[in-house]
Amino acid sequence: MSETSETSTSTSTATAAPQQAPTPRATTGATIELENLTKRYPGSGDPAVDNVNMEIKAGEIVILVGPSGCGKSTTLKMINRLIEPTSGRIRINGEDVTDIDPVRLRRKVGYAIQSSGLFPHMTVAQNIALVPKMTGWGKQKIKSRVEEMLDLVGLDPAEFHGRYPRQLSGGQQQRVGVARALAADPPVLLMDEPFGAVDPITRDHLQDELIRLQHELHKTIVFVTHDFDEAIKLGDRIAVLRERSHIAQFDTPEAILTNPADDFVSGFVGAGAALKRLNLTRVRDVEMADVPTVTVDDPLQTIFEKLRASGTNELLLLDKRRRPYKWLRRGDLMRAKGSLARAGTLVHDTVTRDATLRDALEAVLTDNAGRVAVTGRRGEYTGVVDMETLMNSVHEMLEADRLDAMEHQHELEEQRAQLTHQEQEGHGGEPKA
Amino acid sequence: MNFWDYLGNRHQQLLTDAYQHASAVFQCMVVATAIGVLIGVLTYRSEWAGNLATTATSTILTVPSLAMIGLLIPVVGLGVAPTVTALTLYGLLPIVRNAIVGLRGVDPTLVDAAKGIGMSRVHRLVRIELPLAWPPILTGIRVSTQMLMGIAAIAAYASGPGLGNEIFRGIASLGSKNALNQVLAGTLGIIVLALLFDAAYVLIGRLTIPRGIRV
Repeated sequence: MSETSETSTSTSTATAAPQQAPTPRATTGATIELENLTKRYPGSGDPAVDNVNMEIKAGEIVILVGPSGCGKSTTLKMINRLIEPTSGRIRINGEDVTDIDPVRLRRKVGYAIQSSGLFPHMTVAQNIALVPKMTGWGKQKIKSRVEEMLDLVGLDPAEFHGRYPRQLSGGQQQRVGVARALAADPPVLLMDEPFGAVDPITRDHLQDELIRLQHELHKTIVFVTHDFDEAIKLGDRIAVLRERSHIAQFDTPEAILTNPADDFVSGFVGAGAALKRLNLTRVRDVEMADVPTVTVDDPLQTIFEKLRASGTNELLLLDKRRRPYKWLRRGDLMRAKGSLARAGTLVHDTVTRDATLRDALEAVLTDNAGRVAVTGRRGEYTGVVDMETLMNSVHEMLEADRLDAMEHQHELEEQRAQLTHQEQEGHGGEPKA
Repeated sequence: MNFWDYLGNRHQQLLTDAYQHASAVFQCMVVATAIGVLIGVLTYRSEWAGNLATTATSTILTVPSLAMIGLLIPVVGLGVAPTVTALTLYGLLPIVRNAIVGLRGVDPTLVDAAKGIGMSRVHRLVRIELPLAWPPILTGIRVSTQMLMGIAAIAAYASGPGLGNEIFRGIASLGSKNALNQVLAGTLGIIVLALLFDAAYVLIGRLTIPRGIRV
């Protein structure tokens, strides 16, 4: 608590730089505790946020989701005190930050907002360098950090370094916005509907990127959205908020989907919970089927033999780099008079191992033979999913969820029973003593 | 003597007057800009203070410049002092108004973002708000300069410097041989100066408005 001297003198970069020893390992997440957090605007009777209690673990993504006007944004903005709480405490990594200098607090907390919030008069590099510069990093360190951050969010540093925000697409701006928020390596990242203003396809990409980033960085992320599907996709845990930021349910996406706490939550989850559940499982987690494969380099003879030997009706032809190329059926080679170039049907759709089951189902449904090839990181063949594998895994999943939910319920009841028991004991014991 | 002969004969005097005219306007503009932006910065965040500042400066503008200089003479005396005071006061209006409008026009989400990433109040003002408000402020400065060019001519009435002397001399000796030439030389000189200044502002704009927000 004593080293407060450096914060205000942003000009003394030279002296401040050596103090900050270069950190090879990035800072990982910190815990956040909100305790009885309340915001009451003067002149309005009901508080905008009423008594929020929440414990967020280090390194998890927590999504605040709820209808518009429920106070989710206000709650988020109270964490970095853009909105000062009327009462209650905020603790980050155990340290009470409710009363420290907000400027100092905010430099430890990354902040990304809708429509990126990039400063239009600064280049991409200048935008990203802002926070490190204010914290007093050395020039060289800032420069390499900017490159690193651009790389991290998937933008080519050489190309984007000197561009101005208006020369970027919406998705690129949002990436830079995230890079800026992460530049000073804060343990906590707050995101206020960051992908709300981009088109659905870009949004999907950005969400995938965020998941990838989080795999590398393990920050504590608090993310506000009104889109429940986004919440399911990104969240480790989801807090469904109703008006005045009352927490209707705070649990894992699986639990919320299979076991919504009340009508409000199930109403918010919407129809098709089973379908949404497909979004939570990746292709790599389910059992894949296997089909016999041959490569384009194999002699025709081998291909014929394989076709004959395998019990199945078709083969998957792979190209030189073992990527799925064509489906070959029994009659195809005959009809094409033995020419591999003309035989078979081209593989027009594949899914990656990281794709969700929903994507896989979509691909299977649109494929005319009802199966789709799964590819690895470099596009190489790893297996096949079809209707049957999908059905089986969905059944297993739902069954497992149901068991989990029952167990959860049971635990809760036990706890409650114990509490009542203690209370009764307590009441019984005190008057005597 | 025709106009060209007149220019040839008097070019020394004319150049001195033109230089003094330009110099007076330039210096007053510097002072007006500093004060104007300062007033803008101090008042834009409060509804009534901002409005008060704009109203006060527009009231100054409604006072005829001749009257203003006349009123200033008993207070600050003759010569340079009333000229500088009057010019600075008149120059304030467009600058104050544009500074307030410009600063208020900065996208609130950007200010929020600046706050959110931990910029202090001063930092926000210097690095974000003023640069973003700079194009309208510069426009205000430009308008102001044009206006002062004309008003500076009146300053000759209080024995101030500049091309106004030429015009007043001509008007005083109407009917004489050189009267028209004098008025013409003064007026054209002011127009030329105004155009030169405007060109300079275009250049300053190119140099100081960041590429990211240039229209």
